[in-house]
Amino acid sequence: MSAPPIEAPAAGAARGRRGGGLFRAAWRHGRTKVGVVLTGLVVLVAVIGPFIAPYTPTEFVARPFETGVDGTVFGGDNRGRDVLTRFLWGGWTLLLLAVASAGLGVLAGTVVGVVAGYLRGWADEAIMRVNDMLLAFPQLIAALLVMSIIGPKTWLIVAVIAVSHMPRVARVIREATRSVVEQDYVKAAEAIGLPRWRIMAVEILPNVTGPLLVELGLRLTYSIGVVAVLGFLGMGLQPPTADWGLMINENRQGMVVQPWAVLLPVTAIATLTIGANLITDGLSRAAVGIDRGVGK
Amino acid sequence: MTETTETVLAVEGLTVIGRPSDVTIVGDVSLTVRRGEILGLVGESGSGKTTVGLALLAHRKRATEITGGRVEVAGQDLASLDGRGVRALRGRAVAYIPQSPASALNPALRLRVQLGEALHDGSLSPAQADARVREVLREVALPDDDTFLKRYPHQLSGGQQQRVAIAMAFVGRPDVIVMDEPTTGLDVTTQKHVLETVRRMTREYGTAGIYISHDMAVVAELADAVAVMYRGELVEHGPTGDVLSAPEHEYTRALLAAVPRMRTDAPEAERGDELLRVSGLAAGYGRTRVLEDIDLSVARGECTALVGESGSGKTTLSRTVAGLHRGAVGEVLFDGAPLPLHGRRRTAEQRRRIQYVFQNPYEALNPRKRVRDLILGPYRHLVGRPADPDLVVGRALERAALPASYADRFPEQLSGGERQRVCIARAVATGPDLLVCDEVTSALDVSVQAEIVALLRGLQDEGMALLFVTHNIALVSNIAQRVAVLERGRIVEYGPVGRVMSDPRHEYTRALLADTPDFAPEAGAAAE
Repeated sequence: MSAPPIEAPAAGAARGRRGGGLFRAAWRHGRTKVGVVLTGLVVLVAVIGPFIAPYTPTEFVARPFETGVDGTVFGGDNRGRDVLTRFLWGGWTLLLLAVASAGLGVLAGTVVGVVAGYLRGWADEAIMRVNDMLLAFPQLIAALLVMSIIGPKTWLIVAVIAVSHMPRVARVIREATRSVVEQDYVKAAEAIGLPRWRIMAVEILPNVTGPLLVELGLRLTYSIGVVAVLGFLGMGLQPPTADWGLMINENRQGMVVQPWAVLLPVTAIATLTIGANLITDGLSRAAVGIDRGVGK
Repeated sequence: MTETTETVLAVEGLTVIGRPSDVTIVGDVSLTVRRGEILGLVGESGSGKTTVGLALLAHRKRATEITGGRVEVAGQDLASLDGRGVRALRGRAVAYIPQSPASALNPALRLRVQLGEALHDGSLSPAQADARVREVLREVALPDDDTFLKRYPHQLSGGQQQRVAIAMAFVGRPDVIVMDEPTTGLDVTTQKHVLETVRRMTREYGTAGIYISHDMAVVAELADAVAVMYRGELVEHGPTGDVLSAPEHEYTRALLAAVPRMRTDAPEAERGDELLRVSGLAAGYGRTRVLEDIDLSVARGECTALVGESGSGKTTLSRTVAGLHRGAVGEVLFDGAPLPLHGRRRTAEQRRRIQYVFQNPYEALNPRKRVRDLILGPYRHLVGRPADPDLVVGRALERAALPASYADRFPEQLSGGERQRVCIARAVATGPDLLVCDEVTSALDVSVQAEIVALLRGLQDEGMALLFVTHNIALVSNIAQRVAVLERGRIVEYGPVGRVMSDPRHEYTRALLADTPDFAPEAGAAAE
C-alpha cells in the first residue's frame, strides 16, 4: 500500500492480503486441494467447452438416443444432437447464473448484516424481523412460485435466488459484526467521530471477511443446486439452449439406451458441488483455526 | 513450614517443541519442589511458563510435543502413564487452578455438583463426599451451608469464584498444585485474600505449589523459591530471598527493576491552569448508577490518577470524559468552555484535544490496517489532510519511542508493548492536550509496563495532561501528581499523591494501600 490508502481501496487491499493469509491457511488442508482440483476441472470444462466442441449445440448428427455413431463420442440425445457438444456447451450458463446469484445474495446479505449488527437497537430489530419473514419461505418453492407467475426469465432466476440467499447471509454476518463491534478499535473510531458508514466500511467489513468467504462458498454451492433443479423442472433456461439441468430432464426417458446424456451433466454438477463444498469447508476450518500448527 | 523435606515434584531436562515448525517452546527445564513449598515460575508472556505448568499435568497444548526429559510426581514418572493413569493422576496427584475462574467453572452446574465432580473418588460414600466438599469450602473461607452449595458460579464475585476454583483443586488432596496466574484478573484486596488462602492451604496439605506469574511483586510475597524463565529456558532458580537480593541473570535484574515501587515522598507540584473540570457528574447504565457526584480537575501538564477496584466506576468516568459513554449528566468544562458529554456533539477541535488510549492493545487496533494508516486515520479526520503524511507518522512513532520502519507493519506483527505504543502514537499524532489512559498497562507484562509508564511520563514532561486510570496503586505513586480514589462510584479521597500515599484519610484508601504487595527486594523479602 503506498500513498493515500485510507478510504475504501485501503480496506480492499488489506482484505486481499489477509484473505490471502486465509487462503494460504486453507490450502494446507488436504480437502481444499481436492476441492480446488474438482471445481477447477468442471469450471475448465464449462469455460473452454464451447471452443473445443466438435459441433454446434443445435446441429443434428444422429437419430434420437442413438449411440455408437461415427464422428461422435457419446452418441446423440433425445433429438439426435451430439451429447458431448451439448455437455460442453451447457456448463457456462449454469456457472454464470450460480456465481451471479450467489454474489448478489452475499453482497446484499453483507450490507444488511453489517448495518443491523452495527446499529443495534430498533433498526436491528426491524431488519432482522423482516429477515425472519423471508427466511420462512423455502428457497426452492419460493423460486418456483415466482417463476410460474412471471415466467422463466434469466434475470429473474438470478434475482430470486439472490433474494433467498440474502437473509441467510445477513444472519451470519450480523453475528460476526456484533463481536467486532465490541472491539476497542471500533470505539476508538467512534471517539474521534468517524461517520458511521466509514466505521462500517473501513473498521468492521475487513474484519468479517473470514465468515464472509465461507458464506460465499456455501451460497455458491446452493446456487448451483437451485439453478440445476430449476433447469430440470423446466423453470430455468428454455430449450433449445444447452444446459446441464435441462439436459437431465430432456434425456431421462432414454436413460436406459443412452445413459451418457444424463450421466455427464449429473457427474459434472455433483463434482462441482462437492468440490465447492470442500473448498468452503477448508476455508471455514482455516478461519476458525482448526489444526493450526505452531509456526516460527 | 512443614518438617517434611520430601521432594514431590521433580522435573528434569523437560523439552517441548512446537509442530510443524519444530520451534523449541521449552528447552531443558529442570525443577524440584518439596512438600508445603511454593515455587514461583516467573517470566513474560510467551516464555513457556504455562507450557511447563501443563506438562506437569501430563497435558500439552495442540501442536506441541514433549520430546525430552522426565516429570516425576510423588515418585511416579508421568511418561509411563497411559490415558487411564493420567486421568487418575489429574485432580488427585496434580491439580490445576486456571487463570480465569469465570471460564473455568461450568456455568450450568451448581457448586455442589461442581465440587463433587472435582473429587471424583469412587471409594467415598455420597455423605462422605459431601462432608469433604463442605470441609474444603470452610478451608477456603467460603460458607458451607446448603444455600451456598446450591448457587451457580455467576452468582459469586470474582474472588469467590477463584476461591471455589482453589477449593476444587484442593478437594482431592493433591501432591502438586499448578496455579496459572490465578490472581491476574482480580483487584488487590481480593488478590491478597486469594494469596493468603493459597499459602495456608499448601502448608496445611503439604502440597507442592507451582505459582505461574509475570508479577514479581506477587511472587516475592508468596513463593519460597523462584524460577525465572526467559524465551523457553530457565535462567535462574533459587530461594526467593537470594533471587530477589542477588539476581544473577540480566533478565531477572530487568524484571526486578521493572516492578513499580511505592513512593510516599512525592513532592507537591505547582499546579498550572485548569484544563479539565468535572463537577457534579453522574453516570450509569440504564437505571443502575455507577457514578455519583464526581468532582475532579486536571491541570495542564498534570497527571491525575483514578484508582479503584474493578466495578468502582473508574472506566465509566474515563469514557465519559472521552465522550464514549451515553447516559451521563453533569457539567464538564474543557479549557474554560463547556464540553458536551456526548461525543458526537463535540466539535472536531474538542475531539482532537482529548484522546483516549484503551486498556487492551490487542483489541484497540484494527488488525486489517497498517500502523501508518492507524495513525493517519484519526489525523486526517480531525486535523486534515497532511502535506507530508510520512512526517506525521514518523513524528508520532518517534514520540511513542518506536522506529519509523514500524509504519508498514500490521498489528499482528507487533508485541503487546509495541501495540500499546502504537495506540499511544495514534493518540498523540493529533497533538492532544489531554490523554485519557484507561488501565493502559494492565494487559501487559510488568517489564513492558515500566516502559509504557516511562513513555507517558516523557509525554507529560512535554506538556500533555494525563488522566490515568489504574487499579495499581504502586504505579500511581510513580506517575501521578494528584490522585482520586473511587469507591462504588464516589470519590472518597482526592488530593496530591504524596499526601494520599503517606497520610491516607479514608479507610478504603488505607485498605488499598495495605493490600498492595509490599515489594522491597533490597531487604531480601522472603515469604517466611
